[in-house]
Amino acid sequence: MSLVRLASGESFTPPGPADFRLPPVFGDSVFFTKPYFLLVLAALLVVWFFVATSRPSAVVPSRLQFAGEAAYNFVRNSIARDVIGSHEFMKYVPYLVALFFFILVNNYFALIPFIQYPTFSQTGFVYGLALLTWVVYNGVGIRRHGFVGYWKHQSVPPGVKGPILGLIVPLEFMSNILVRPFTLSVRLFANMFAGHLLLLLFALGGEYLILEAGNAVYIPMGVLSLLMGLIVSGLEMLVLGIQAYVFTLLTALYISGALAEEH
Amino acid sequence: MEGNVNMIGYGLAAIGPGVGIGLIFAAYINGVARQPEAQGRLQTIAFLGMALTEALAIIGIALAFAL
Repeated sequence: MSLVRLASGESFTPPGPADFRLPPVFGDSVFFTKPYFLLVLAALLVVWFFVATSRPSAVVPSRLQFAGEAAYNFVRNSIARDVIGSHEFMKYVPYLVALFFFILVNNYFALIPFIQYPTFSQTGFVYGLALLTWVVYNGVGIRRHGFVGYWKHQSVPPGVKGPILGLIVPLEFMSNILVRPFTLSVRLFANMFAGHLLLLLFALGGEYLILEAGNAVYIPMGVLSLLMGLIVSGLEMLVLGIQAYVFTLLTALYISGALAEEH
Repeated sequence: MEGNVNMIGYGLAAIGPGVGIGLIFAAYINGVARQPEAQGRLQTIAFLGMALTEALAIIGIALAFAL
């Protein structure tokens, strides 16, 4: 980078967290920014998709209905039923399906041309989602075990006795109640943020090396940088899906952990 | 050269989770190769393990920017 700066007058400024702060779409309000509209768009898309695919509810499904049912079945069977267990998973399927597809659509906005912005690279939205999951799993746990019983259930692991409890109880409480929403939200946020930053870096770096570095030697490197951007896009395609899956899977695991009976 | 030393630290800190995730998926692939019908069950566990291991790297990247 220093060589490039020496060769030409102006230096290359690598993308940073400031690039994620977009100006308001209209007016001066900091509320109506691009990620806000993307969030609304994602919600509308998910609602439209599931209404459109489930409204006909024909015995012999059309192609669209089949796609909707396959999408629903994926979350219902491989996340909700496998994790929560076949007795009482149906109650939580609507939340998990909505969560999964909402996150999935928001993540794939990162790669759709002209949108190209992962909504959840903004921490605020992710904290909201994690808070919702936190309220849900603590809520079902309290309803199942009672208020006192639930805190005992989450912080006293079965089979632990004696003075070691003094060490275990605060740790378990921290890990199950306080750290979970934090890691849940930061995992999604950091993956979206880092992935988008990587794409920005390769795209801006390639553009700079080809157009602005002012030296023909750098042009092949710029092309290489853009190619790397393309490869990273392929990797991102995988990561975006996995993160939506992991968020939903962990939500299901927390719910099943809160519901579990003492052994 | 400009930049933040935090990023070097983050690069070093990411080695651990990298090795951890490698081990998890190695075990997962081994398990599926030995017993293909267990794939559904192993997949959940593998991704859970990945999520937990990855948390370290993620806390690292958050702190690398924040501190």
